Formats: sequence, structure tokens, C-alpha cells
Amino acid sequence: MNADDDSLFDTLRRWRAESRPAALATVVSTWGSSPRPEGSHLAVDGEGHFIGSVSGGCIEGAVIEAALEVMRSRQPRLLEFGVSDEQAWQVGLACGGRVQVFVEAVE
Amino acid sequence: MKAGTLARIAEAQGKRQGLVVVTRLADGAQCLVDSSGVSGELQLAAAAREEVAALLLSGRSAALSGEPGCFARAYVPSPRLLIVGAVHIAQALAPMAATAGYEVTVIDPRGAFASPERFPGVQLSDEWPDEALARLGLDAATALVALSHDPKLDDPALELALPSELFYIGALGSRRTHEKRLERLRAAGLGELTVRIHSPIGLDLGGRAPAEIAVSILAEIIQVRHRGATA
Repeated sequence: MNADDDSLFDTLRRWRAESRPAALATVVSTWGSSPRPEGSHLAVDGEGHFIGSVSGGCIEGAVIEAALEVMRSRQPRLLEFGVSDEQAWQVGLACGGRVQVFVEAVE
Repeated sequence: MKAGTLARIAEAQGKRQGLVVVTRLADGAQCLVDSSGVSGELQLAAAAREEVAALLLSGRSAALSGEPGCFARAYVPSPRLLIVGAVHIAQALAPMAATAGYEVTVIDPRGAFASPERFPGVQLSDEWPDEALARLGLDAATALVALSHDPKLDDPALELALPSELFYIGALGSRRTHEKRLERLRAAGLGELTVRIHSPIGLDLGGRAPAEIAVSILAEIIQVRHRGATA
């Protein structure tokens, strides 16, 4: 496994070993030019600490918000960001691409 | 994601084994796929299992056309580069390969060659190549280059490398040196496998300096990894 995945999963396991709530976000589809490929991960803990990336930095804030919600509800969510989307324009996928991000709680 | 899935990903990491996690995006149901089969609550159609098997080899992650609404995330080991011979070209190749994402080990039992002064920050082994390779394991995510110019070091490494799953095997040396090497390997009963050796080593970029040759070698390794040995 590559070094980025190694450190992300090490961190995720440490959070869970400390009984901290955690969620994992994954880029599951991309259109046009998007900065991070399918499979890219972002892990978030219950206080909003995070490791990894699902974009060049433009949608991370919104994904972390959704991850905190998923930790409370235990229901996974599929998020979509793109320039056609009002919210995405606000959070700013400057490259003009579109991405779908799946967010799940980690037991 | 279930706690058991997280544990299996960590276990695969530690053992340098590949693993795919398939997720149904509608409800988060998952299954795990590795070389021993499929496990978990999500069932996969035969076509999707074939797609997942291909992803396990390539290390790519993608939506599955054989199981609509499902995404497959592949976790595969980092590529490794084992360099036999702590020579001048190795001094240039080791840091370049590390920058390109390879875990690098330089193997040379001659202490004057494999010294931390010559290889700052590089993983060094002072074992004989056959001992080092047996310990490190020769898997399909690993490349090996024999650069020592010394048959006492290069040959035992190649004898273990040729029958292994290594994705790339290269050996430095002139055509004449390589002809002699092939004769020795044929005598050792490895004749049919010697076509796996890339020699002359590296893409033909025309450079002569150690760092230029290192670029040629790394470029060839990257090409074979992504395009296959026939590229």
C-alpha cells in the first residue's frame, strides 16, 4: 500500500482504538479535470481533525461537515460537487471538474 | 465501514498483500476481495468479481459496471526497488526511485560500498544478495536491478529473481558481459527465463553519466510497471 494510505489507516486505527468517532470519505467518481483520482481518501475524527485529501483543498471543509453529520446519524452519504452546483461554486472547485464523494462512519 | 474491515486493511498493509473493498453507495454495504476470495455482506455478480480481480492486479480503484452503484477501492502494496551493488549508479538511482514512490533497499555485502556516508537515508543491507532477497521476498510489486558488475553478487540475485513474481528484472553490463552472464544462467538451468532480464538496462536515452543512466533505468521500470514488459 502506498505511503499516504499507510499513514491514513494507521491514524484511523489509532482514533478508533482511543474510541474517538471517525468517518472515511472516498472519491468515487470524477468528471473533467479533478485534482484527486477515484479512490482518494479523507479521514475525519469527531472533532473535525482530518488526514488525507479528496480535492486540491477546495471541498474539504464541506466534506468534513458532512462527515461529522454521518458520525452522528450512522447513515452513509453520497455528496456531489461541481461548478454547476451552487454550493460547489461557493466552496470552489476552481478546476471546473465534478466529483462524487462517499462518506461512511467507521465502526 | 466495519471494524473488521479496518483490521483486514491493516493486516494486508503489514503483509504487503493486495485487497479490494467494494461498497454499495446506496446503503454502505461492503465486501472484501483478496486472492483467497470474497467475504462480507455484499454479494457480487460473476462479471463484477472478474472486474475486481483485474483491479486487484492493477491497483486502480473504479466504479463496477458489472454491479451498478458499487465502487471498488483497491489497496495494493507500494512498489519496491531492490538494488544489488552499492555502486555509483545506485547512489543516483536510490534517491530518484524513492522520490517516485518506491521503497528502496540497496544490497551489498561489501561494507566500503554500502556505507551510510555514500547512501544517506537509504535502507542498506550488508547481507549476501541471496540471503537478503530470501528475507525481503520477491513479490509482483517489486523490481530488482543487478548493478554490481560482479558475478559473485549479481548471479545469485538473478538466480532467485528469474523464477519469482518480480515485475521487472534488469542487469547492467555490456553485450559481451551479458552474453557471458546468459551462458552461466543457462548452465544453472534458467535458460528459458533469461528473456525476462532487461539488458542493456534502461531506456535508450543516450546518457553516460551515472545519474543519466539511473534516469534511464527508473524510466524503464516505470514503463514496465504501467505498460507491461512488452512496451
